[in-house]
Amino acid sequence: MLHSISLGLLLFGVWLLLSGFFEPLLLGLGVVSCLVVVLIAHRMDMIDREGHPIHLGWRIVIYWFWLALEIVKSNIDVARRILDPKLPIHPVLIRLQASQKSELGLVIYANSITLTPGTVSVQVETGEILVHAIAKEPAEALQQGDMDRRVSAVEGPAEGGGKGEEAA
Amino acid sequence: MFIAVTAAILITMALALTRALLGPTVYDRVLAVNMFGTKTVLLIAVLGFLTGRPDFLDISLVYALINFIGTIAVLKLLKFGDLGTAGGRDEPAED
Amino acid sequence: METALDIVSWVLLVTGSVFAMIGGLGLIRLPDVYTRMHGAGITDTMGAGLILAGLMVQGGFSQVTVKLILILIFLLYTSPTSTYALANAAFHRGQKPLLGKPGHGKEDDQPSKP
Repeated sequence: MLHSISLGLLLFGVWLLLSGFFEPLLLGLGVVSCLVVVLIAHRMDMIDREGHPIHLGWRIVIYWFWLALEIVKSNIDVARRILDPKLPIHPVLIRLQASQKSELGLVIYANSITLTPGTVSVQVETGEILVHAIAKEPAEALQQGDMDRRVSAVEGPAEGGGKGEEAA
Repeated sequence: MFIAVTAAILITMALALTRALLGPTVYDRVLAVNMFGTKTVLLIAVLGFLTGRPDFLDISLVYALINFIGTIAVLKLLKFGDLGTAGGRDEPAED
Repeated sequence: METALDIVSWVLLVTGSVFAMIGGLGLIRLPDVYTRMHGAGITDTMGAGLILAGLMVQGGFSQVTVKLILILIFLLYTSPTSTYALANAAFHRGQKPLLGKPGHGKEDDQPSKP
């Protein structure tokens, strides 16, 4: 129920920000369409801890800042490799242990790997991710497990996981 | 100055289109077309500023949505051979 | 103040454009699908992020900026998802990644358990 209310409020907030009109008729239409969406989402059983993860709270925001810094660093590294006339790449496939307990955490981890250029997650299984890296250095950086620990910390002491694929 | 950014995005789009035409595999083409779509989103946003019509941003937002759905649909068709399958990640690909 | 903001915005826009073009170049230069994904990743994160950030500075505190932020968030959510879908589809369909130094023709790095 809490999730439904927060989803409805979120949808209405997005509606207000996107429309920019504050006439009663348009506001009413907005409320109605938000309610319909929440109802449909409820019927599809999409409102749960994974589809709408409000329990992550501020930890995920802090993680985003760290991730943004990582993305900038690896961007510069990969850009240097592409511009180098010798093309110093050395693609490797590695298997990574993923310590996340829920599928949501696993998806956040896999998407973070893909979002940092230089590494792409190819196959995600429970507790294990197959990663393609453009060179040995980014692969070794991942194997140090810094990102893995941070995602697990973001995930927090989560209990149980459903079967959602979305929301990272 | 926005013109310079527009030109840069157009060059990137041309490069992506070259890759889409060269192939060699179908995945290269999908990757290139996906990138082309992302660049289109940016191009529309920058064009909105260039022509002083910020309404373009709505179109750009919708284009981002369509691009994502389109890429996923094409990949699903490639992976499972039809769009009706409820594809889970544990489902084996039938070759 | 105006000029300072303008300079920040142009720096962001130009850096973003340069990164976008580097990504495009990578799409042409790199040898196979999986490595090209890294090139596309540059344009999707750094290119799009910096260009949209530059536009946000131009937009100031307005509805325009809110829409730009929404576009950016949406791109950052979807681009890894579609890249993963692409990599996974290619891998499932038996597309072998090129491993080791290109041009040597030997696969010296098989997937290994850590």
